[in-house]
Amino acid sequence: MNIPFLSKKLKWTAAEWNETELKKGFFRPNQKFCTEESSRSNIRVEHLNVSIQGNRILKDVSTEIPDRKITCIIGPSGCGKSTLLKSLNRLQEHTEGVEVTGKVLVDEEDLYAPGVEITHIRRKIGLLSQRPCPLPMSIYDNVAYGCRIHGLRNRKKLNLVVRHYLQAVGLWEEVKDRLHSPAGRMSIGQQQRLCLARGLAVEPQFILADEATSALDPISSRTIEDLFLKLKEEYAIVLVTHTLRQALRIADYVIFMYMGEIIEAGPAEQIFKNPQQELTQKYLQGVFS
Amino acid sequence: MRSAETYEISRKTSVVRLLKDKMAGSVMFAFTMISVLLLILIGFGLVIKSMPILEEKSLWELLCTSKWKPMRGDFGFLPFIMGTLWVTGIAIIWTLPVSLFTAVFLTENSRSWVKKVVFPALDILAGLPSVVYGVWGILVVVPWISDRLAPHFVEYSTGYSTLTAGIVLGIMVLPLLISLFVELFSSVPQEFRDASLSLGATRWQTTKYVLLKKTFPGIVASVTLAISRAMGETIAVLMVCGNIVQLPASLFDGCYPLPALLANNYGEMLSLPLYESALMLAALILFVVVFVFNIGSRLLLRKIERSLT
Repeated sequence: MNIPFLSKKLKWTAAEWNETELKKGFFRPNQKFCTEESSRSNIRVEHLNVSIQGNRILKDVSTEIPDRKITCIIGPSGCGKSTLLKSLNRLQEHTEGVEVTGKVLVDEEDLYAPGVEITHIRRKIGLLSQRPCPLPMSIYDNVAYGCRIHGLRNRKKLNLVVRHYLQAVGLWEEVKDRLHSPAGRMSIGQQQRLCLARGLAVEPQFILADEATSALDPISSRTIEDLFLKLKEEYAIVLVTHTLRQALRIADYVIFMYMGEIIEAGPAEQIFKNPQQELTQKYLQGVFS
Repeated sequence: MRSAETYEISRKTSVVRLLKDKMAGSVMFAFTMISVLLLILIGFGLVIKSMPILEEKSLWELLCTSKWKPMRGDFGFLPFIMGTLWVTGIAIIWTLPVSLFTAVFLTENSRSWVKKVVFPALDILAGLPSVVYGVWGILVVVPWISDRLAPHFVEYSTGYSTLTAGIVLGIMVLPLLISLFVELFSSVPQEFRDASLSLGATRWQTTKYVLLKKTFPGIVASVTLAISRAMGETIAVLMVCGNIVQLPASLFDGCYPLPALLANNYGEMLSLPLYESALMLAALILFVVVFVFNIGSRLLLRKIERSLT
């Protein structure tokens, strides 16, 4: 008898039983998992310089991320959009030869101060990468992973969370019969939505999306965009994008970057209709890209 | 306008080109087949050479009895098989955690200067001839076992023991396993780590739940490769294992693995026809064990991969 497989099967049966319990009315769809108004945090970047192996990628960047808005970072390739995004939750520190000066303040707490405990800050900031990368586990475990590493073990609560966030990204109806099959078997658009659900499950307040739709087909990327528009009621979304049209469609606030500097930042209408800087005008007209 | 002549010429060259392409393909195929053919030939040769003893005695009797008296015609291979398994087992048991955590440290947590120091050291360790390991085992490990370790457990041990062989063999396998694991872990895209870290996971949680899970099939494959290599390792093990024909009752007893049997005895006593055949059978057993092990792990690997993706 092979014990490990058997125990797994038992676990699954238990999980299914819990599902049926939930269907009896334990679950309230309108239940909000969002944070209280008073405890909402903010991100502020002050004089941030990032250099990788001697190349200055970001030069004296200062900005603030508005809450409950979609902020689009636009600019030509290699202007440091992704680096800025990654600096917001200190993910670039694993690359070789990175030097950072300046401050990124999350709730007035500097990410780059020595000895700061990063994990609880990262929890407030979700990340959606360019290509979807579901973790090598089942769909259920992917969503539950974030809660589990923060110590939530109660299976009923986990079921609730998984169901709620899969519903939030519109994936529940598609996958509810195969929650325990590996996540790698889903289509790529579904995988990206799963990654979004996984990020939402730890209840962040910010969502960083690094060209989150560029690897997807038009229909899937439209779904993701619609999700963003829906999610901005609860979250602040920072989106790096290469396609100006996407920025036009969904942005509330736009940051235009060129050669590692922020050239212009402001509400989307102002930037698109009435850009102040010459560079911004040229970029929007398509003189360079 | 092109004339008819030039047209002919260009057509001719294209035929030659195609022919060359075809030839290159088949020649390369032939070269590839050499290694496969060698495997088959070695196996076949071993079977033919060990036929005489197989005709005289049953396979069961040969594999499952432990009496080894070639002069009287008793050939029991059990002590040798058990010796091989024990030594390999000990080696893998202690090297697996060491190499796994070393590799995780090197790929995940270490600064670049640490890598610059450690990798050349590992390369040197891997490149040392096995005799050196054997001598080192005799000079350092054997006295340590017999003077320090063994008195706590048994009354007397020479130090030439199963445990010594396992330790020395492990040291030889260690660089191989570490480099395989490092290769494996660096093949995991950074995005997986980012995805986990951005949820607020610590590095250790990321390693445990994402990295090790993602690379589990690869880990199984690497360990299999290391075990196959360890089973065949001869000189270093032969120098420290004691070479006593017995079923090892404790870790401090001497043992006699299959490769040591071959290396020690082949070349003498070939006047006994059955003896040579018995030694060939020993080689065949080694061959089959490694073969079956590889096939088995491949099947296991396929099953694991299917369940993961």
